[in-house]
Amino acid sequence: MELTTFWFIIIAVLWIGYLVLEGFDFGVGMLMGVLAKNDLERRVLLNTMGPIWDGNEVWLLVAGGATFAAFPEWYATLFSGFYIPLFLILIALIVRAVGIEFRGKRPEASWKRRWDAAIIFGSTIPALLWGVALANIVRGVPIDADKEYAGTFFDLLNPYALLGGLVTLTVFLVHGAVFVSLKTVGDIRERATVLALRVGPVAAVLAVAFIVWTGFDQGQFAVWLFGALAAAAFVAALTSGIFNREGIAFALTSLTIGFFAIMLFVGLFPDVMPSSLDPAWNLTTINAASTHFTLVIMTWVALIFTPIVIGYQSWSYWVFRKRIGTHHIPTEVLAK
Amino acid sequence: MLINFAMGVATGIVQEFQFGMNWSDYSRFVGDIFGAPLAIEGLLAFFLESTFLGLWIFGWDRLKPGVHLATIWIAATGTLLSAYFILAANSFMQHPVGFTFNADKGRAELTDFAAVLTNKVTLVTFPHTIVACFMVGGAFVAGISMWHLIRHPQRDADAFLTALRLGAVTLLVAGLGTVVTGDMQGKVMTEVQPMKMAAAEALYTTAQPAPFSLLTIGTLDGSEEVYKLEVPKLLSYLATGDFNGKVQGINELQAAYETKYGPGSYTPNIPVTYWTFRAMITVGGLAMIAGAWMLWATRRRHLPTSRWMLRTAIVLPFLPLLGNSFGWIFTEMGRQPWVVFGLMPTSAGVSPGVSATEVAISLIGFTLLYGVLAVVEFKLLLKYIKAGLPDVDTSPRTDDDTDAPLAFAY
Ligand code: HDD
Ligand code: HEM
Ligand code: HEM
Repeated sequence: MELTTFWFIIIAVLWIGYLVLEGFDFGVGMLMGVLAKNDLERRVLLNTMGPIWDGNEVWLLVAGGATFAAFPEWYATLFSGFYIPLFLILIALIVRAVGIEFRGKRPEASWKRRWDAAIIFGSTIPALLWGVALANIVRGVPIDADKEYAGTFFDLLNPYALLGGLVTLTVFLVHGAVFVSLKTVGDIRERATVLALRVGPVAAVLAVAFIVWTGFDQGQFAVWLFGALAAAAFVAALTSGIFNREGIAFALTSLTIGFFAIMLFVGLFPDVMPSSLDPAWNLTTINAASTHFTLVIMTWVALIFTPIVIGYQSWSYWVFRKRIGTHHIPTEVLAK
Repeated sequence: MLINFAMGVATGIVQEFQFGMNWSDYSRFVGDIFGAPLAIEGLLAFFLESTFLGLWIFGWDRLKPGVHLATIWIAATGTLLSAYFILAANSFMQHPVGFTFNADKGRAELTDFAAVLTNKVTLVTFPHTIVACFMVGGAFVAGISMWHLIRHPQRDADAFLTALRLGAVTLLVAGLGTVVTGDMQGKVMTEVQPMKMAAAEALYTTAQPAPFSLLTIGTLDGSEEVYKLEVPKLLSYLATGDFNGKVQGINELQAAYETKYGPGSYTPNIPVTYWTFRAMITVGGLAMIAGAWMLWATRRRHLPTSRWMLRTAIVLPFLPLLGNSFGWIFTEMGRQPWVVFGLMPTSAGVSPGVSATEVAISLIGFTLLYGVLAVVEFKLLLKYIKAGLPDVDTSPRTDDDTDAPLAFAY
């Protein structure tokens, strides 16, 4: 296999890791607004992802870094072209990270309310905008002969991309709710399951519409295949949710997101950012790539370290595998 | 520490994205080289940092004490790795090595990765930055402990006294380290970017030996002076290691660069470089003096009470912090007009497709947000500093007590 193809796959894998992992973080963050009834329950929600959310976010950083190193042209065009959406995502991620850390640092209700709002905002905006961004990448955006983005912010808000955004938003919400039902005990666990089953059908309808649209746009068989797998996994997840099989349901929502992302990347390949103006101006895995030498070095690094990273991240999930409930929350935050 | 960590994570993401957002042509130009250390930093360092920090924070009751302690050391190793790779990337901009220029593609391409990682600028910058960061750490511990000792002499005096002395010694040792490594950096810098050294001194005409001015009163850019306090031959030593060494002046370098790179100005902003260089050294020196004073005042475990000491304790943590900021402003401004020295002018690195309005929106947005967050963070830190040490529950826990509260929770 060409190294450029290999790196396209690596970047797809990093995105899948990011969407699956931070997808449920975003879901949990959004649920702070609807699922929890009081401060104690909000803290239960926050602590289900407490030790792991930061590690999940690093998948994005590494996806970005890998894009920079392996496909500088892609990185440059994408990040400068999607300037305003990325700015909004950054603002959201900042207030979210700070909110998670700061929320418990003062006892006042007004303090907590403010950071709750920050966490909810900071989880909703990226959950929506990543879908918009990914859909736009696959669909193609105006890129000129100089490989520069030639559109405006509003070109990114087309119906297809907005639908993509709604899909990630709702699917992440379900994914997060399933995660909560898997990680908690008591009342909140029941309510999380109910909520997942209520939002689930809405998410399913949106997702199927988006998948069909993508299938017709791209046309390849593989796109249809992975789209169908994503839809099937999602329906199966909701079904196992009905029977309270939370572990299986969570595995299936993760698979849903994975298949969904594979569908998008399969549709994209061998382009990395098609131009809607002229196919000759498409950015591809070949014309956007770094030199072979750089890719060789990066490949060695990736082959050695990716398994190690996956190893210790899994260990960390294992260490924090226990369910938590309101009675686990200490009354006073001691450590700083 | 967590209060700071949130801010570290938040600013880090912005840094990584902004290369592509604001500097797309720069990213295209150096991506083949610059991208690799950045991606490796993520894969090696960020994952280590974030995962093991999570384990450390939340793992008090889930891990054996030895394993738990190991997690924070692994996280710390991650931060050091992170600093190394990013400084290697930054050093490439100061002194590009290990590449060839591909005129067809209009970009620099990697030919020797080992050379990039062992760039001589990286080798001196890394120790200097790390010891400078230890100064910050030492100053925080010393300053806060001293503040407590004076304000609440009866509360935890023993612990704070020990902490104070530990912090002050760290500050002094690291301070000596900064001076030594800074001196080494001076020599490398003179070799690879003589213009930066000339600008640091506002030295217009080549001199042998060259003095180091402590203070100049005159026009801001030092081209005319009314009064100058200087130490003879010191600049020669800093730049070359020889008290009689020759230091090239701005005018001569400007002329040389014009012949080499074509017409244009190759002189950085002199007032900024001249004063930030002095400010960096001065605030570091003041911090060391303050640290030494604190050590002396607490000899034989004596508790100080003076008001001046209290004021010093409040100012101390900011001094090395400012030193670091001044140092970076100097380094980056001294490289101007280049974004990659000798290869790419800063003006060529910007994103052609991004409008001024968009840049303004993001700049204003981030500034406002960071401003607000800085105030919140500062107040929060003060609150926690005032609260002092928490009461730690040291009673042993059994692992199978599934209903016990978590040791740490948000
Ligand atoms: C507490 C902070 C602090 C203190 C007390 C010092 N420095 Fe420093 N210095 C830094 C913090 C710093 C820094 C922020 O960490 C920089 C910015 C870039 C870098 O590599 O380190 C820096 C850069 C920097 C450079 C520029 C390197 C370059 O651009 O290539 C030189 C020549 C020195 N320092 C020299 C010194 C000397 C001779 C010092 C004392 C006598 C000194 N520094 C004290
Ligand atoms: C272009 C420059 C840089 C980029 C893109 C960058 C990126 C980042 C990112 C993304 C994080 C957050 C990682 C996480 O989520 O856990 C981070 C954290 C960190 N970075 Fe950087 N960084 C840069 C420069 C530096 C430099 C120069 C140093 C030190 C000399 C440094 C030291 C650290 C440390 C210590 C942390 C941990 C955060 C904390 O504990 O508060 N970084 N950086
Ligand atoms: C107070 C601190 C700093 C100031 C005032 C500063 C200023 C600057 C300036 C003026 C530039 C050139 C921008 C341009 O090309 O016009 C620049 C670029 C850059 N600086 Fe800094 N800098 C600071 C700290 C740092 C730190 C801590 C790092 C981490 C290693 C860093 C890494 C970079 C990098 C990688 C670039 C080039 C990428 C780019 O152009 O965006 N800087 N900085």
